[in-house]
Amino acid sequence: MPFIAATLTNAPFSWNPVDDLNQLFTYQFMRSAYLAATATAIVAGVVGYFVVLRGLSFAGHSLSLMGFAGATGARVAGVDPLVGLLVVDGAGALLIGALARRPRGRDVVVGIVLTGTLGLGLLFLRLSRAGEALPVLVGDVLGISATEVTIVEAAAAVIVVLVAVAFRPLLLSSLDEEVAEARGVPTRAMSLLLLLLLAATTAVATPIVGVLLTFSLLVAPAATASLISGRPPVAVGLSIALGVLYIWIGLGVSYWVDMPPSVFVTAMAFAVYVGARTAETFAAWRAAAPSRPAAA
Amino acid sequence: MVRSHVTWNLVDDWHQLVQYDFMRHALLAGGIAAVLCGAVGCFVVLRGLSFATDTLTHVGFAGASGAVVIGLSPVAGLLGLTALMAVALGALEQRLRGRDVVIGMILVLTLGLGLFFLRLYRGYSNETYALLFGSILALSPRDVVVVAVGAAIALAALAAIFRPLLFASLDEQLAEARGVPVRAVATAFLLVLAVAVTAATQVIGALLAVALLIAPGATAQRLTTRPAAWLLLSVAVALGVTWTGLALALWQPYPASFFITSLSTLTYLAVRLVTAGAGLSRLRPAMRPAPAAEG
Repeated sequence: MPFIAATLTNAPFSWNPVDDLNQLFTYQFMRSAYLAATATAIVAGVVGYFVVLRGLSFAGHSLSLMGFAGATGARVAGVDPLVGLLVVDGAGALLIGALARRPRGRDVVVGIVLTGTLGLGLLFLRLSRAGEALPVLVGDVLGISATEVTIVEAAAAVIVVLVAVAFRPLLLSSLDEEVAEARGVPTRAMSLLLLLLLAATTAVATPIVGVLLTFSLLVAPAATASLISGRPPVAVGLSIALGVLYIWIGLGVSYWVDMPPSVFVTAMAFAVYVGARTAETFAAWRAAAPSRPAAA
Repeated sequence: MVRSHVTWNLVDDWHQLVQYDFMRHALLAGGIAAVLCGAVGCFVVLRGLSFATDTLTHVGFAGASGAVVIGLSPVAGLLGLTALMAVALGALEQRLRGRDVVIGMILVLTLGLGLFFLRLYRGYSNETYALLFGSILALSPRDVVVVAVGAAIALAALAAIFRPLLFASLDEQLAEARGVPVRAVATAFLLVLAVAVTAATQVIGALLAVALLIAPGATAQRLTTRPAAWLLLSVAVALGVTWTGLALALWQPYPASFFITSLSTLTYLAVRLVTAGAGLSRLRPAMRPAPAAEG
């Protein structure tokens, strides 16, 4: 499985940023990779905000892993990976929505649907005789065509517009389901809509960045952003910005270092999250400190 | 492998099944892992630890590939890192309740680490495939012994903490008030879970290990409200799907892990359909955590 650095005879990394940037964007595939990955990070940042808000991390993880069955299944059926991903992720989201009507006990259903699809993925992997599981898991940033860039950008635009249109009811039903219901928000429809948007996001993202990074881009930027700001529009903006930043740096570093971008993105995302948590804890401790002597 | 043909003579089939060494090893190790996972799975479902369990399987993958990179045995890395993570989760558990994003972030880190070790190990290989999807038909006698010893210790530990664990899982606040060391019990259970994850990974692989740890317990929960019956039923389901899956893999050219995961999913879905039809489902709430314990 070739990664970026291994396949190129690129100029060594210099400490001159202008030279490095010129070097980075010399190749068409790098420009395509940046365009497609940016669109992916934006849509993952938006949908990820609701994933974190509603405690859907496990569902996000499962739907992105289901992409494994989608991509290998598409190989067996001889169709475009995106078709296989949309079918499997869509079916998975509907099944989770149908079997787990209430949040309680949902994680069991998610886990079972996940394992069922992973088993199928293994079957498809065997049937397709391609043998290689790794490209599906880590994505293939080198092989992104101009058509794929267009598809990802169009799909990302549609998903972002849908979230923007349904933003208020989605937010209200995520924050307080009972109040939302009392105000006439169709909470069940919103919950299903979110699962379907999540499925569409993972389906679009998986061919670009792979199964593992899809999940990381869904959860990590949004989790950090929600820690930093309690105001939804700010948090969504921050979540997008962090995701785009991670993937830009990750792609850039993997141009020179022979490792998939996922490695750098996950390490960075975790470090920033821990930093944000530490800062939050410290701030809470400082805010609480003055009251302690009075209480004693 | 010589393919034999399935007949309607069950005795003949059984003889076919056990005539190969690798098949006897697989049935034995798979059976032991299934018993452990079935028993542990009840508490995974009761305590709402599906996501944590899934994360532990990925931790196991990172541990095993990391151990290979530094020249240790994969099992050592698998068990070492999952046990370490189990202790960490145990320390965090009180604050984790309902905050699945923290587990999600641990998973993000773990996925990256696993990939990093995989890359250091110079890419894709048969070992990686075995780790991800299991290698039950290639277990050595030594592997079987390792699984058996680990499972025996873990089952003994589970038996020792069974009553306080059940009490704490059903109503944590009441258990705490009665002097049950809730946090110690939770951590002890997570350590048992780490051993179960290790055993399941050996048998059906890191990606699919959750199949044996969630589905049997969830299936049994829909059928009974009595703890002992639940435990036995869950073990029976896990054992049933594992052995059936292995037998199918001998006669069909598809991987055993595929049959085991599919069978456990289908069993769950079938039981759900049946219990939804019959009035059985109204009996269920008795074996659920008390609302107060959910926090």
